[in-house]
Amino acid sequence: MSRTSIGRDIPDSAGDLGKLSPFAGAWARAEGVSAPRKLLSAGRPTKVLSGIDEAVRRSGLESGMTVSFHHHFREGDFVVNLVLDAIARAGIRDLTLAPSSLTSVHAPLVAHCRSGVIRRICTSGLRGKLADEISRGLLEEAVLIHSHGGRARALREGSISVDVAFLGAPACDAYGNACGSSGKSACGSLGYARVDARYAKSVIVLTDCIADYPALPASIGQELVDWVVPMDAVGDPKGIGIGATRISRDPRELLIARKALAAIDATGAIRDGFSFQTGTGGASLAVIRYLRELMLARGIKATFCLGGITSQVARMLEEGLVGTILDVQSFDADAARSMAVNPRHIEIDAVTYADPGCPGAAVNMLDFVVLSALEVDMDFNVNVITGSDGVIRGASGGHSDTAAGAALSVVVAPLVRARTATLVDRVETIVTPGESVDILVTDRGTAVNPRRPDVSAALKAAGVEVRDIGELRELARSITGDADPVEYGKRVVALVEYRDGTIIDAIREVK
Amino acid sequence: MDILKPAVAGTLESCDAAVTVEPRPAGSLPLLELVVESSEGRFAAKVGVAARAALAELGVTRAKVTVRDRSALDCTIRARVLAACLRGAEPACGAEPVAKAAAPWEALK
Repeated sequence: MSRTSIGRDIPDSAGDLGKLSPFAGAWARAEGVSAPRKLLSAGRPTKVLSGIDEAVRRSGLESGMTVSFHHHFREGDFVVNLVLDAIARAGIRDLTLAPSSLTSVHAPLVAHCRSGVIRRICTSGLRGKLADEISRGLLEEAVLIHSHGGRARALREGSISVDVAFLGAPACDAYGNACGSSGKSACGSLGYARVDARYAKSVIVLTDCIADYPALPASIGQELVDWVVPMDAVGDPKGIGIGATRISRDPRELLIARKALAAIDATGAIRDGFSFQTGTGGASLAVIRYLRELMLARGIKATFCLGGITSQVARMLEEGLVGTILDVQSFDADAARSMAVNPRHIEIDAVTYADPGCPGAAVNMLDFVVLSALEVDMDFNVNVITGSDGVIRGASGGHSDTAAGAALSVVVAPLVRARTATLVDRVETIVTPGESVDILVTDRGTAVNPRRPDVSAALKAAGVEVRDIGELRELARSITGDADPVEYGKRVVALVEYRDGTIIDAIREVK
Repeated sequence: MDILKPAVAGTLESCDAAVTVEPRPAGSLPLLELVVESSEGRFAAKVGVAARAALAELGVTRAKVTVRDRSALDCTIRARVLAACLRGAEPACGAEPVAKAAAPWEALK
C-alpha cells in the first residue's frame, strides 16, 4: 500500500496497470518547459515571454539540437534571422536548421554557418547568397532538400525530430491560438507550420499582434503551443505578398498557358466537377486566367482547387466557379483575406496536402496539376532546384508531390530562356522523376511522355499538335548551341530527397 | 576595316550584349585584342567565337574589342559586334564617311 498526499491508501500495483503512482498534489508533476507530452503544463499562469532571448533560454534548446521554422512569410520573413541571432548570442552551436523552406532574405545565415551555430540544414528551397555559398561548399554536411510532402512525412515519422519550433504568426492570443489570416503581417494559411506545431517537442509562437483570447478558430491551437513571444514585426508585408498576384503579360508565357490549357482540355480533364492545382511561375499561373474563361463559357465548376493559392483562385471561389479551396500556402494578401472570410476556403496542413505516407493526401485527389520547371530532359525528368550553372537557386516545393499525385501532370516552360535551353539532354539535378510527368508544354510545341500513349492519342484526336521531345530538343539546340559542361567538384553539397525518403539525386559543389 | 574611334553597340539587358571597340595604337600587340565577359559562363567560349567571326566578316584586324555578354544568342552577338565596328570605323567629325561602303546593310549604302 502507498498513501496519496490527501491520505488515501491505494494499492502499489494492479493487474495490467502494473505499478501505481499515488496522487501527490494537483501540480506536483508539472514539469514546466518542454515536457515531451505537454500534458502537465497547464499550471503556467502565462505563456507570454519578454522576447526572443528569453524564448531561446526557456525553450530548453541546447547545442546539437534541431530547430524549425516555416516560410509563410516568404521573402518578407524576419523570424529566422532574428531567432538565429539570439541563438548565437546564447552560445548554442551545432544546430540542425530544419525550416519548411528558406529564401534570399536568409543570407545572414551564412555567418551562422561559418561560425558553427548551424551545422546542418534540411529545407525545401534555398536561394540567394546562402544558396550560392552552400553550392561552393559552405557546410561540411550536405543539405537535405525535401518536398513539402516529404518534409511532412519526415516530421510525422520522426526522421526529422524537431526540438524547438519557432513559428511566426501574424496574430496569436496570449494562450497560443495562432492564426495566419489577420494582423498587419497576414500571410494566410499556416499549413506548413501546423505540422511543426504538432510534432515539435517545444513550440514557440512569435507574433506582432496579440489578439484577445480565445482567438479561434486558430491555425495552430493553444494545445500545441508552449510559449508566445511578442515582436515588433514578424515580417515585411512587401515580401510576404501585397494585394493580388498579377497575371503575366509576357506574350510568350500567355502563349504557353493557352497551349497548356488546350492540351489539358484535349484529355477531357476539364469537365464539371473537376479539380486542379497550378504552381508558381508566369505561365503556370496564367493558365488560371484561361481556365476561368473556359469554365465561364461552358458553365462548369470545379469541386476544389489545391495548393499555393493566389487571388485569382480566391476570386473563382467567390464567383462560384470553385467549390472549395484547400490552402496549404497563400501567395498573396487577397488569398489571405479570402481565407479569413470564406468558409469554403479551407486551411490544410502539409500532411493533408501531400504526405506520401499518410492515408489522406489531397494531391492524390487532383485531376490535373500545372507545374513550372527550370530544366526538363529527354526522359521528362524535371529540375526545379539548380540553375543551368549547377548553383542551387530554387525549391523542391510540392513539385514531385503533385506530379505524382495528380491524374495528369503538365509541365510548362519556355523552350529557351535567354541563351539557356530549358529542354536539355540531361537535367543538372532531378527533383521530379520523368515517370510522374505526362505532358511538357513549351512555346515551340507540346510533347507527351511515351509512358502515356492514351494522352498522346487524346491530344491528337482533339487536333492538338504533339511533337516528339527529341525534335523539340534539336530545335532548342539549334537556337542556343551546346553549352560547355558545368565544372563540379567531388564534394556533395546537397542531397535531393524524393517524397518517400529515398535520395533521387546529389548536388555537387561548383568550382 | 580600320577602327578609327571608340564606339559602342548594344546594352546590358538580358539576352543582349554591350560591345565596345577601340582603336589600337600602332605597334601594340596583339593587333586584335578580344575581351569577353559573360553572365553565362557555359557559353563564354561560344560568344568569343561568334565575335571573332563577326570581326573577320568586316576584316577588322586591329582593335581592342570588349564584349559584355548578358546571355545573348549568337545572332545578337554578331549584330552588336558589326554595329560597334561600323560606328568605330566612321572617321571623326568633318571627315568623309568612308566606312559606309563596307556596311553589309543595303539601307546604309
